[in-house]
Amino acid sequence: MNENTPNPIIEMSGVSKWFDDFQVLKDVSLQVFSGERVVVCGPSGSGKSTLIRCINRLEEHQEGRIVVDGIELDQDTQHINKVRSEVGMVFQQFNLFPHLTVLENCTLGPMKVRGLSRKDAEALAMEYLQRVRIPEQAAKYPGSLSGGQQQRVAIARSLCMQPRIMLFDEPTSALDPEMIKEVLDVMIDLAESGMTMICVTHEMGFARTVAHQMVFMDEGRIIERSPPGKFFSEPEHERTKLFLSQILSH
Amino acid sequence: MSRFTSRYRWSWVDSVVLLGIIGFFGFIGYRVNTVLVYQWEWGFLPGYLFRWDEETQSLLPNLLVKGLLTTLRLAFWSIILATLIGFVTGMMRTSRRLFPRAFSRLYVELIRNVPPIVFIFVFYFFISSQIIPLLGLDTLDQRLGPSGQSVVEFLFGPVSLLSNTFSGIFCLALFEAAYITEIVRSGIQSVSVGQREAAMSIGLSRWQQMRYVVLPQAVQRVIPPLAGQFIILIKDSSIVSLISIQELTFLTLEVANSTQRVFEVWVFVAGVYFVLCYSCALIFRRLEMRLDSSRI
Repeated sequence: MNENTPNPIIEMSGVSKWFDDFQVLKDVSLQVFSGERVVVCGPSGSGKSTLIRCINRLEEHQEGRIVVDGIELDQDTQHINKVRSEVGMVFQQFNLFPHLTVLENCTLGPMKVRGLSRKDAEALAMEYLQRVRIPEQAAKYPGSLSGGQQQRVAIARSLCMQPRIMLFDEPTSALDPEMIKEVLDVMIDLAESGMTMICVTHEMGFARTVAHQMVFMDEGRIIERSPPGKFFSEPEHERTKLFLSQILSH
Repeated sequence: MSRFTSRYRWSWVDSVVLLGIIGFFGFIGYRVNTVLVYQWEWGFLPGYLFRWDEETQSLLPNLLVKGLLTTLRLAFWSIILATLIGFVTGMMRTSRRLFPRAFSRLYVELIRNVPPIVFIFVFYFFISSQIIPLLGLDTLDQRLGPSGQSVVEFLFGPVSLLSNTFSGIFCLALFEAAYITEIVRSGIQSVSVGQREAAMSIGLSRWQQMRYVVLPQAVQRVIPPLAGQFIILIKDSSIVSLISIQELTFLTLEVANSTQRVFEVWVFVAGVYFVLCYSCALIFRRLEMRLDSSRI
Protein backbone atom coordinates (compact mmCIF):
# COMPACT_ATOMS: atom_id res chain seq x y z
CA MET A 1 0.00 0.00 0.00
CA ASN A 2 1.22 3.42 -0.90
CA GLU A 3 1.05 5.73 2.08
CA ASN A 4 2.14 8.83 0.24
CA THR A 5 -0.22 8.82 -2.72
CA PRO A 6 -1.29 12.35 -3.51
CA ASN A 7 -4.70 11.05 -4.54
CA PRO A 8 -7.18 10.39 -1.77
CA ILE A 9 -8.43 6.80 -1.50
CA ILE A 10 -11.95 8.11 -0.93
CA GLU A 11 -13.06 11.26 -2.66
CA MET A 12 -16.57 12.59 -2.15
CA SER A 13 -17.41 15.84 -3.82
CA GLY A 14 -20.69 17.71 -3.70
CA VAL A 15 -22.66 14.65 -2.62
CA SER A 16 -26.37 15.14 -1.99
CA LYS A 17 -28.98 12.57 -1.14
CA TRP A 18 -32.69 12.65 -0.54
CA PHE A 19 -35.07 10.21 1.11
CA ASP A 20 -38.22 11.23 -0.72
CA ASP A 21 -38.53 14.94 0.11
CA PHE A 22 -36.11 14.89 2.98
CA GLN A 23 -32.54 15.85 2.16
CA VAL A 24 -30.18 13.75 4.30
CA LEU A 25 -26.91 14.83 2.73
CA LYS A 26 -26.37 18.39 1.56
CA ASP A 27 -23.45 19.00 -0.75
CA VAL A 28 -21.01 16.92 1.29
CA SER A 29 -17.35 16.81 0.30
CA LEU A 30 -14.82 14.63 2.06
CA GLN A 31 -11.38 13.33 1.24
CA VAL A 32 -9.78 10.43 3.01
CA PHE A 33 -6.20 9.39 2.32
CA SER A 34 -4.78 5.91 2.53
CA GLY A 35 -3.97 4.96 6.12
CA GLU A 36 -6.02 7.82 7.48
CA ARG A 37 -8.49 7.28 10.31
CA VAL A 38 -11.57 9.46 10.37
CA VAL A 39 -14.16 9.53 13.13
CA VAL A 40 -17.54 10.95 12.21
CA CYS A 41 -19.79 12.23 14.96
CA GLY A 42 -22.88 14.33 15.29
CA PRO A 43 -26.42 14.26 16.65
CA SER A 44 -28.75 11.49 15.52
CA GLY A 45 -30.35 12.16 12.17
CA SER A 46 -27.42 14.28 11.06
CA GLY A 47 -26.65 11.94 8.16
CA LYS A 48 -23.45 10.33 9.42
CA SER A 49 -24.61 6.74 8.83
CA THR A 50 -25.94 7.69 5.41
CA LEU A 51 -22.60 9.28 4.60
CA ILE A 52 -20.60 6.11 5.17
CA ARG A 53 -23.29 3.88 3.66
CA CYS A 54 -22.88 5.86 0.44
CA ILE A 55 -19.22 4.87 0.31
CA ASN A 56 -20.05 1.21 -0.38
CA ARG A 57 -23.32 1.96 -2.11
CA LEU A 58 -25.70 0.63 0.49
CA GLU A 59 -27.29 4.00 -0.22
CA GLU A 60 -27.33 5.63 -3.62
CA HIS A 61 -26.40 9.31 -3.82
CA GLN A 62 -28.31 11.48 -6.23
CA GLU A 63 -25.87 14.33 -6.81
CA GLY A 64 -22.13 14.68 -6.75
CA ARG A 65 -19.35 12.15 -7.21
CA ILE A 66 -17.91 9.42 -5.04
CA VAL A 67 -14.65 7.81 -6.12
CA VAL A 68 -13.26 4.95 -4.07
CA ASP A 69 -9.77 3.69 -4.80
CA GLY A 70 -9.98 5.08 -8.32
CA ILE A 71 -13.38 3.56 -9.07
CA GLU A 72 -16.32 5.88 -9.47
CA LEU A 73 -19.59 4.73 -7.91
CA ASP A 74 -22.15 5.01 -10.69
CA GLN A 75 -24.88 2.77 -12.06
CA ASP A 76 -22.36 0.15 -13.18
CA THR A 77 -22.93 -2.97 -11.04
CA GLN A 78 -19.39 -4.16 -11.69
CA HIS A 79 -17.98 -0.93 -10.24
CA ILE A 80 -20.24 -1.30 -7.22
CA ASN A 81 -19.27 -4.92 -6.58
CA LYS A 82 -15.59 -4.08 -7.01
CA VAL A 83 -15.82 -1.26 -4.49
CA ARG A 84 -17.78 -3.42 -2.06
CA SER A 85 -15.17 -6.14 -2.13
CA GLU A 86 -12.48 -3.53 -1.35
CA VAL A 87 -14.44 -1.85 1.43
CA GLY A 88 -15.34 -3.71 4.61
CA MET A 89 -18.29 -2.68 6.73
CA VAL A 90 -19.24 -3.34 10.33
CA PHE A 91 -22.81 -2.69 11.40
CA GLN A 92 -24.42 -1.59 14.61
CA GLN A 93 -26.52 -4.78 14.72
CA PHE A 94 -23.59 -7.08 13.73
CA ASN A 95 -25.70 -8.71 10.98
CA LEU A 96 -23.93 -12.03 11.19
CA PHE A 97 -25.52 -14.81 9.14
CA PRO A 98 -27.37 -16.87 11.77
CA HIS A 99 -27.59 -20.02 9.64
CA LEU A 100 -23.82 -20.26 9.22
CA THR A 101 -21.13 -21.00 11.79
CA VAL A 102 -18.63 -18.33 12.77
CA LEU A 103 -16.09 -19.90 10.42
CA GLU A 104 -18.58 -20.12 7.54
CA ASN A 105 -19.54 -16.48 8.09
CA CYS A 106 -15.91 -15.61 7.51
CA THR A 107 -15.26 -17.92 4.54
CA LEU A 108 -18.39 -17.08 2.51
CA GLY A 109 -17.02 -13.89 0.96
CA PRO A 110 -13.49 -15.15 0.22
CA MET A 111 -14.87 -18.34 -1.37
CA LYS A 112 -17.72 -16.87 -3.41
CA VAL A 113 -16.30 -13.46 -4.32
CA ARG A 114 -12.54 -14.04 -4.35
CA GLY A 115 -12.80 -17.65 -5.53
CA LEU A 116 -10.56 -19.08 -2.81
CA SER A 117 -10.65 -22.82 -2.09
CA ARG A 118 -12.33 -23.90 1.13
CA LYS A 119 -8.95 -24.80 2.63
CA ASP A 120 -7.37 -21.42 1.87
CA ALA A 121 -10.47 -19.52 2.96
CA GLU A 122 -10.54 -21.38 6.27
CA ALA A 123 -6.88 -20.71 6.90
CA LEU A 124 -7.47 -17.03 6.19
CA ALA A 125 -10.56 -16.97 8.41
CA MET A 126 -8.71 -18.58 11.32
CA GLU A 127 -5.94 -16.02 10.96
CA TYR A 128 -8.40 -13.15 11.34
CA LEU A 129 -10.43 -14.87 14.05
CA GLN A 130 -7.14 -15.14 15.91
CA ARG A 131 -6.62 -11.46 15.39
CA VAL A 132 -9.98 -10.56 16.91
CA ARG A 133 -9.15 -13.04 19.72
CA ILE A 134 -11.99 -15.45 19.15
CA PRO A 135 -10.57 -18.50 17.31
CA GLU A 136 -12.06 -20.97 19.82
CA GLN A 137 -15.60 -20.05 18.77
CA ALA A 138 -15.09 -20.89 15.08
CA ALA A 139 -17.44 -23.88 15.04
CA LYS A 140 -20.28 -22.20 16.92
CA TYR A 141 -23.32 -20.45 15.53
CA PRO A 142 -23.59 -16.69 16.07
CA GLY A 143 -26.74 -17.12 18.17
CA SER A 144 -24.74 -18.66 20.99
CA LEU A 145 -22.20 -15.81 21.22
CA SER A 146 -22.35 -12.64 23.30
CA GLY A 147 -22.84 -9.28 21.60
CA GLY A 148 -19.18 -8.36 21.92
CA GLN A 149 -18.10 -11.69 20.48
CA GLN A 150 -20.54 -11.33 17.61
CA GLN A 151 -19.24 -7.88 16.74
CA ARG A 152 -15.66 -9.16 16.76
CA VAL A 153 -16.69 -11.96 14.41
CA ALA A 154 -18.32 -9.33 12.18
CA ILE A 155 -15.03 -7.44 12.09
CA ALA A 156 -13.16 -10.65 11.23
CA ARG A 157 -15.70 -11.41 8.50
CA SER A 158 -15.01 -8.03 6.88
CA LEU A 159 -11.25 -8.39 7.26
CA CYS A 160 -11.34 -11.77 5.50
CA MET A 161 -12.09 -9.88 2.29
CA GLN A 162 -8.76 -8.10 2.90
CA PRO A 163 -10.30 -4.71 2.33
CA ARG A 164 -8.30 -1.52 1.84
CA ILE A 165 -10.86 0.51 3.76
CA MET A 166 -13.00 -0.35 6.78
CA LEU A 167 -16.25 1.42 7.59
CA PHE A 168 -17.75 1.21 11.07
CA ASP A 169 -21.37 2.25 11.60
CA GLU A 170 -21.78 2.76 15.35
CA PRO A 171 -20.14 -0.59 16.10
CA THR A 172 -20.55 -0.39 19.87
CA SER A 173 -23.97 1.24 20.16
CA ALA A 174 -25.88 -2.04 20.47
CA LEU A 175 -23.50 -3.55 23.01
CA ASP A 176 -23.78 -3.94 26.75
CA PRO A 177 -21.32 -1.56 28.46
CA GLU A 178 -19.00 -4.31 29.67
CA MET A 179 -18.50 -5.55 26.10
CA ILE A 180 -17.65 -2.24 24.48
CA LYS A 181 -14.00 -2.43 25.48
CA GLU A 182 -13.27 -5.78 23.84
CA VAL A 183 -14.58 -4.45 20.53
CA LEU A 184 -12.77 -1.11 20.81
CA ASP A 185 -9.54 -2.96 21.62
CA VAL A 186 -9.83 -4.91 18.40
CA MET A 187 -10.50 -1.69 16.49
CA ILE A 188 -7.51 0.06 18.06
CA ASP A 189 -5.43 -2.95 17.09
CA LEU A 190 -6.65 -2.62 13.55
CA ALA A 191 -5.94 1.11 13.54
CA GLU A 192 -2.36 0.46 14.60
CA SER A 193 -1.91 -1.88 11.66
CA GLY A 194 -2.39 1.07 9.31
CA MET A 195 -5.89 0.34 8.02
CA THR A 196 -7.83 3.20 6.45
CA MET A 197 -10.86 3.59 8.69
CA ILE A 198 -13.99 5.68 8.78
CA CYS A 199 -15.86 5.24 11.98
CA VAL A 200 -19.22 6.62 13.08
CA THR A 201 -19.20 6.46 16.85
CA HIS A 202 -20.06 8.23 20.08
CA GLU A 203 -17.04 6.75 21.85
CA MET A 204 -15.06 9.96 22.24
CA GLY A 205 -12.26 8.31 24.20
CA PHE A 206 -11.69 5.99 21.28
CA ALA A 207 -11.87 8.91 18.86
CA ARG A 208 -9.24 10.84 20.81
CA THR A 209 -6.74 7.97 20.78
CA VAL A 210 -7.29 6.71 17.25
CA ALA A 211 -8.54 9.44 14.94
CA HIS A 212 -6.39 11.54 12.63
CA GLN A 213 -9.39 13.63 11.70
CA MET A 214 -12.66 14.37 13.44
CA VAL A 215 -15.69 15.15 11.29
CA PHE A 216 -18.71 16.75 12.87
CA MET A 217 -22.01 16.57 10.99
CA ASP A 218 -25.31 18.27 11.60
CA GLU A 219 -28.45 18.37 9.46
CA GLY A 220 -26.79 16.68 6.51
CA ARG A 221 -23.73 18.91 6.32
CA ILE A 222 -20.16 18.58 7.46
CA ILE A 223 -19.89 21.45 9.92
CA GLU A 224 -16.38 21.01 11.11
CA ARG A 225 -13.35 18.94 10.32
CA SER A 226 -10.17 19.03 12.36
CA PRO A 227 -7.60 16.86 14.14
CA PRO A 228 -8.86 15.55 17.50
CA GLY A 229 -6.54 17.77 19.55
CA LYS A 230 -8.07 20.91 18.12
CA PHE A 231 -11.53 19.42 17.79
CA PHE A 232 -11.94 18.62 21.48
CA SER A 233 -10.09 21.59 22.98
CA GLU A 234 -11.10 24.46 20.74
CA PRO A 235 -14.01 23.62 18.42
CA GLU A 236 -14.82 26.43 16.03
CA HIS A 237 -18.55 26.19 15.66
CA GLU A 238 -21.25 26.76 18.23
CA ARG A 239 -23.06 23.56 17.25
CA THR A 240 -19.93 21.52 17.72
CA LYS A 241 -19.41 23.02 21.15
CA LEU A 242 -23.00 22.29 22.11
CA PHE A 243 -22.77 18.71 20.88
CA LEU A 244 -19.47 18.09 22.65
CA SER A 245 -20.75 19.54 25.91
CA GLN A 246 -23.77 17.25 25.72
CA ILE A 247 -21.87 14.11 24.85
CA LEU A 248 -18.91 14.64 27.18
CA SER A 249 -20.97 15.70 30.20
CA HIS A 250 -21.84 12.16 31.23
CA MET B 1 -39.45 -27.13 39.94
CA SER B 2 -43.04 -27.10 41.14
CA ARG B 3 -43.72 -24.54 38.44
CA PHE B 4 -42.96 -27.07 35.75
CA THR B 5 -44.89 -29.97 37.24
CA SER B 6 -47.94 -27.80 37.86
CA ARG B 7 -48.11 -26.95 34.19
CA TYR B 8 -49.29 -30.48 33.46
CA ARG B 9 -51.38 -31.06 36.57
CA TRP B 10 -54.80 -32.58 36.06
CA SER B 11 -57.50 -30.44 37.65
CA TRP B 12 -61.23 -30.93 38.10
CA VAL B 13 -61.86 -28.55 35.18
CA ASP B 14 -60.12 -30.98 32.85
CA SER B 15 -62.29 -33.85 34.10
CA VAL B 16 -65.46 -31.85 33.51
CA VAL B 17 -64.37 -30.88 30.01
CA LEU B 18 -63.40 -34.45 29.16
CA LEU B 19 -66.72 -35.81 30.46
CA GLY B 20 -68.54 -33.15 28.45
CA ILE B 21 -66.76 -34.16 25.26
CA ILE B 22 -67.38 -37.89 25.80
CA GLY B 23 -71.02 -37.15 26.58
CA PHE B 24 -71.43 -35.05 23.45
CA PHE B 25 -70.05 -37.67 21.13
CA GLY B 26 -71.98 -40.42 22.90
CA PHE B 27 -75.16 -38.45 22.33
CA ILE B 28 -74.38 -37.88 18.65
CA GLY B 29 -73.58 -41.56 18.19
CA TYR B 30 -76.80 -42.56 19.90
CA ARG B 31 -78.89 -40.14 17.80
CA VAL B 32 -77.26 -41.30 14.59
CA ASN B 33 -78.03 -44.89 15.44
CA THR B 34 -81.67 -44.29 16.31
CA VAL B 35 -82.43 -41.78 13.56
CA LEU B 36 -80.51 -43.31 10.68
CA VAL B 37 -81.17 -46.94 11.58
CA TYR B 38 -78.24 -47.80 9.37
CA GLN B 39 -76.82 -51.29 9.15
CA TRP B 40 -73.04 -50.88 9.00
CA GLU B 41 -71.43 -53.47 6.79
CA TRP B 42 -67.65 -53.46 6.28
CA GLY B 43 -67.10 -56.94 4.87
CA PHE B 44 -66.93 -55.92 1.21
CA LEU B 45 -64.01 -53.51 1.65
CA PRO B 46 -61.00 -55.88 1.44
CA GLY B 47 -62.28 -57.07 -1.91
CA TYR B 48 -62.04 -53.56 -3.28
CA LEU B 49 -58.53 -53.10 -1.95
CA PHE B 50 -57.03 -56.23 -3.51
CA ARG B 51 -58.31 -58.92 -5.82
CA TRP B 52 -57.10 -62.47 -6.44
CA ASP B 53 -55.99 -62.92 -9.99
CA GLU B 54 -56.58 -66.47 -11.21
CA GLU B 55 -54.34 -66.11 -14.24
CA THR B 56 -51.17 -65.10 -12.44
CA GLN B 57 -52.16 -66.72 -9.14
CA SER B 58 -51.33 -63.53 -7.22
CA LEU B 59 -52.93 -60.70 -5.29
CA LEU B 60 -53.36 -57.57 -7.41
CA PRO B 61 -54.41 -54.10 -6.31
CA ASN B 62 -58.06 -53.38 -6.85
CA LEU B 63 -59.83 -50.04 -7.35
CA LEU B 64 -59.17 -48.41 -3.97
CA VAL B 65 -55.48 -49.30 -3.82
CA LYS B 66 -55.08 -48.28 -7.47
CA GLY B 67 -56.68 -44.97 -6.63
CA LEU B 68 -54.43 -44.55 -3.62
CA LEU B 69 -51.34 -45.22 -5.74
CA THR B 70 -52.47 -42.66 -8.32
CA THR B 71 -53.10 -40.09 -5.60
CA LEU B 72 -49.67 -40.76 -4.13
CA ARG B 73 -47.96 -40.29 -7.49
CA LEU B 74 -50.03 -37.24 -8.27
CA ALA B 75 -49.28 -35.65 -4.90
CA PHE B 76 -45.59 -36.53 -4.98
CA TRP B 77 -44.86 -35.05 -8.41
CA SER B 78 -47.13 -32.07 -7.88
CA ILE B 79 -45.41 -31.22 -4.60
CA ILE B 80 -42.03 -31.27 -6.31
CA LEU B 81 -43.18 -29.31 -9.35
CA ALA B 82 -45.22 -26.83 -7.32
CA THR B 83 -42.27 -26.20 -4.99
CA LEU B 84 -39.96 -25.54 -7.94
CA ILE B 85 -42.42 -23.19 -9.62
CA GLY B 86 -43.36 -21.56 -6.32
CA PHE B 87 -39.77 -20.80 -5.39
CA VAL B 88 -39.00 -19.27 -8.77
CA THR B 89 -42.13 -17.11 -8.83
CA GLY B 90 -41.70 -16.34 -5.12
CA MET B 91 -38.25 -14.91 -5.82
CA MET B 92 -39.66 -13.04 -8.81
CA ARG B 93 -42.21 -11.47 -6.46
CA THR B 94 -39.37 -9.82 -4.56
CA SER B 95 -37.41 -8.77 -7.63
CA ARG B 96 -36.30 -5.19 -8.11
CA ARG B 97 -37.40 -5.25 -11.71
CA LEU B 98 -40.99 -4.58 -12.68
CA PHE B 99 -41.59 -7.32 -15.22
CA PRO B 100 -40.87 -10.39 -13.08
CA ARG B 101 -42.71 -8.78 -10.18
CA ALA B 102 -45.77 -7.96 -12.27
CA PHE B 103 -45.78 -11.32 -13.99
CA SER B 104 -45.68 -13.36 -10.79
CA ARG B 105 -48.23 -11.08 -9.17
CA LEU B 106 -50.59 -11.60 -12.09
CA TYR B 107 -50.10 -15.36 -11.87
CA VAL B 108 -50.81 -15.48 -8.15
CA GLU B 109 -53.85 -13.23 -8.22
CA LEU B 110 -55.34 -14.93 -11.26
CA ILE B 111 -55.18 -18.38 -9.73
CA ARG B 112 -56.00 -17.44 -6.17
CA ASN B 113 -59.11 -15.54 -7.11
CA VAL B 114 -60.66 -18.01 -9.51
CA PRO B 115 -62.57 -21.10 -8.32
CA PRO B 116 -60.33 -24.17 -8.61
CA ILE B 117 -62.92 -26.02 -10.69
CA VAL B 118 -62.92 -23.30 -13.32
CA PHE B 119 -59.15 -23.20 -13.37
CA ILE B 120 -58.92 -26.95 -13.81
CA PHE B 121 -61.42 -27.06 -16.66
CA VAL B 122 -59.86 -24.14 -18.46
CA PHE B 123 -56.36 -25.49 -17.95
CA TYR B 124 -57.29 -29.00 -19.01
CA PHE B 125 -59.27 -28.23 -22.13
CA PHE B 126 -57.43 -25.19 -23.47
CA ILE B 127 -53.88 -25.29 -22.20
CA SER B 128 -52.92 -28.80 -21.20
CA SER B 129 -54.18 -30.20 -24.51
CA GLN B 130 -51.61 -27.97 -26.24
CA ILE B 131 -48.68 -28.49 -23.89
CA ILE B 132 -48.77 -32.29 -23.66
CA PRO B 133 -48.38 -32.91 -27.44
CA LEU B 134 -45.84 -30.10 -27.60
CA LEU B 135 -43.64 -31.91 -25.08
CA GLY B 136 -44.28 -35.17 -26.88
CA LEU B 137 -45.71 -36.75 -23.75
CA ASP B 138 -48.75 -38.18 -25.53
CA THR B 139 -46.62 -40.47 -27.68
CA LEU B 140 -44.09 -41.27 -24.98
CA ASP B 141 -45.52 -44.77 -24.46
CA GLN B 142 -44.80 -45.75 -28.08
CA ARG B 143 -41.25 -44.49 -28.00
CA LEU B 144 -40.23 -46.33 -24.83
CA GLY B 145 -38.78 -49.82 -24.74
CA PRO B 146 -40.25 -52.41 -22.36
CA SER B 147 -37.76 -51.58 -19.57
CA GLY B 148 -38.37 -47.87 -20.02
CA GLN B 149 -42.07 -48.51 -19.86
CA SER B 150 -41.84 -50.31 -16.55
CA VAL B 151 -39.80 -47.46 -15.05
CA VAL B 152 -42.31 -44.90 -16.28
CA GLU B 153 -45.13 -47.08 -15.02
CA PHE B 154 -43.58 -47.23 -11.57
CA LEU B 155 -43.08 -43.45 -11.49
CA PHE B 156 -46.24 -42.22 -13.16
CA GLY B 157 -48.70 -45.11 -13.27
CA PRO B 158 -50.26 -46.94 -16.25
CA VAL B 159 -48.63 -45.94 -19.53
CA SER B 160 -51.95 -45.76 -21.32
CA LEU B 161 -53.08 -42.99 -18.95
CA LEU B 162 -49.80 -41.09 -19.12
CA SER B 163 -50.93 -37.89 -20.81
CA ASN B 164 -53.91 -37.80 -18.51
CA THR B 165 -51.70 -38.16 -15.44
CA PHE B 166 -49.36 -35.43 -16.66
CA SER B 167 -52.30 -33.08 -17.14
CA GLY B 168 -53.33 -33.75 -13.57
CA ILE B 169 -49.83 -33.12 -12.23
CA PHE B 170 -49.42 -29.85 -14.17
CA CYS B 171 -52.87 -28.67 -13.16
CA LEU B 172 -52.39 -29.36 -9.49
CA ALA B 173 -48.81 -28.04 -9.43
CA LEU B 174 -49.69 -24.77 -11.16
CA PHE B 175 -52.65 -24.30 -8.89
CA GLU B 176 -50.77 -24.92 -5.65
CA ALA B 177 -47.64 -23.07 -6.78
CA ALA B 178 -49.61 -19.83 -6.59
CA TYR B 179 -50.01 -20.31 -2.85
CA ILE B 180 -46.43 -21.47 -2.41
CA THR B 181 -45.32 -18.30 -4.22
CA GLU B 182 -46.86 -16.20 -1.50
CA ILE B 183 -45.38 -18.37 1.26
CA VAL B 184 -41.92 -18.07 -0.29
CA ARG B 185 -42.31 -14.32 -0.76
CA SER B 186 -43.26 -13.82 2.89
CA GLY B 187 -40.29 -15.98 3.90
CA ILE B 188 -37.87 -13.95 1.81
CA GLN B 189 -39.26 -10.68 3.10
CA SER B 190 -39.02 -11.87 6.70
CA VAL B 191 -35.22 -11.94 6.42
CA SER B 192 -34.04 -8.59 7.74
CA VAL B 193 -32.59 -5.93 5.45
CA GLY B 194 -29.43 -6.03 7.54
CA GLN B 195 -28.72 -9.57 6.34
CA ARG B 196 -28.84 -8.45 2.74
CA GLU B 197 -26.70 -5.39 3.50
CA ALA B 198 -24.08 -7.51 5.24
CA ALA B 199 -24.06 -9.83 2.23
CA MET B 200 -23.72 -6.85 -0.12
CA SER B 201 -20.93 -5.33 1.90
CA ILE B 202 -18.75 -8.43 1.50
CA GLY B 203 -19.28 -8.10 -2.25
CA LEU B 204 -21.74 -10.91 -3.00
CA SER B 205 -23.71 -10.44 -6.19
CA ARG B 206 -27.50 -10.18 -6.01
CA TRP B 207 -27.93 -13.84 -6.89
CA GLN B 208 -25.30 -14.89 -4.35
CA GLN B 209 -27.00 -12.82 -1.64
CA MET B 210 -30.20 -14.68 -2.40
CA ARG B 211 -28.60 -18.10 -2.72
CA TYR B 212 -26.28 -18.11 0.30
CA VAL B 213 -27.83 -15.67 2.76
CA VAL B 214 -31.52 -14.96 2.19
CA LEU B 215 -32.93 -18.23 0.85
CA PRO B 216 -31.45 -20.58 3.48
CA GLN B 217 -32.99 -18.46 6.22
CA ALA B 218 -36.26 -18.06 4.35
CA VAL B 219 -36.59 -21.81 3.77
CA GLN B 220 -36.11 -22.48 7.45
CA ARG B 221 -38.94 -20.11 8.28
CA VAL B 222 -41.42 -21.26 5.64
CA ILE B 223 -41.27 -24.97 6.45
CA PRO B 224 -44.33 -24.94 8.75
CA PRO B 225 -46.64 -23.07 6.32
CA LEU B 226 -45.17 -25.05 3.44
CA ALA B 227 -46.05 -28.33 5.20
CA GLY B 228 -49.58 -27.02 5.62
CA GLN B 229 -49.77 -26.22 1.93
CA PHE B 230 -48.52 -29.69 0.99
CA ILE B 231 -51.23 -31.26 3.13
CA ILE B 232 -53.80 -29.06 1.40
CA LEU B 233 -52.32 -30.18 -1.91
CA ILE B 234 -52.77 -33.85 -1.04
CA LYS B 235 -56.42 -33.24 -0.24
CA ASP B 236 -56.88 -30.90 -3.20
CA SER B 237 -55.60 -33.63 -5.49
CA SER B 238 -59.15 -34.97 -5.38
CA ILE B 239 -60.35 -32.10 -7.56
CA VAL B 240 -58.53 -33.46 -10.59
CA SER B 241 -61.06 -36.32 -10.49
CA LEU B 242 -63.13 -33.77 -12.43
CA ILE B 243 -60.95 -34.28 -15.46
CA SER B 244 -61.31 -38.06 -15.11
CA ILE B 245 -57.99 -38.77 -13.47
CA GLN B 246 -58.58 -42.01 -11.67
CA GLU B 247 -57.25 -41.10 -8.28
CA LEU B 248 -58.60 -42.09 -4.90
CA THR B 249 -61.68 -39.85 -4.80
CA PHE B 250 -62.67 -40.68 -8.35
CA LEU B 251 -62.51 -44.44 -7.77
CA THR B 252 -64.12 -44.17 -4.34
CA LEU B 253 -67.11 -42.58 -6.01
CA GLU B 254 -67.31 -45.56 -8.35
CA VAL B 255 -67.04 -48.07 -5.52
CA ALA B 256 -69.64 -46.17 -3.51
CA ASN B 257 -72.01 -46.20 -6.47
CA SER B 258 -71.58 -49.84 -7.34
CA THR B 259 -71.73 -51.17 -3.76
CA GLN B 260 -74.28 -48.71 -2.44
CA ARG B 261 -72.29 -48.69 0.82
CA VAL B 262 -71.73 -44.95 0.69
CA PHE B 263 -70.94 -44.29 4.37
CA GLU B 264 -68.51 -47.14 4.85
CA VAL B 265 -66.55 -46.34 1.73
CA TRP B 266 -66.22 -42.65 2.46
CA VAL B 267 -65.42 -43.12 6.14
CA PHE B 268 -62.70 -45.58 5.16
CA VAL B 269 -61.27 -43.28 2.49
CA ALA B 270 -61.31 -40.32 4.87
CA GLY B 271 -59.14 -42.45 7.14
CA VAL B 272 -56.77 -43.15 4.26
CA TYR B 273 -56.44 -39.42 3.49
CA PHE B 274 -55.87 -38.76 7.18
CA VAL B 275 -53.01 -41.25 7.36
CA LEU B 276 -51.50 -39.79 4.19
CA CYS B 277 -51.68 -36.18 5.34
CA TYR B 278 -50.64 -36.92 8.89
CA SER B 279 -47.52 -38.78 7.69
CA CYS B 280 -46.67 -35.73 5.62
CA ALA B 281 -47.09 -33.53 8.68
CA LEU B 282 -44.84 -35.82 10.73
CA ILE B 283 -42.11 -35.81 8.09
CA PHE B 284 -42.08 -32.02 8.02
CA ARG B 285 -42.12 -31.79 11.81
CA ARG B 286 -38.96 -33.86 11.91
CA LEU B 287 -37.37 -31.76 9.20
CA GLU B 288 -38.27 -28.60 11.08
CA MET B 289 -36.76 -29.92 14.30
CA ARG B 290 -33.59 -31.00 12.55
CA LEU B 291 -33.05 -27.61 10.92
CA ASP B 292 -33.84 -25.87 14.17
CA SER B 293 -31.40 -27.84 16.30
CA SER B 294 -28.59 -27.28 13.82
CA ARG B 295 -28.50 -23.61 14.73
CA ILE B 296 -27.64 -23.97 18.40
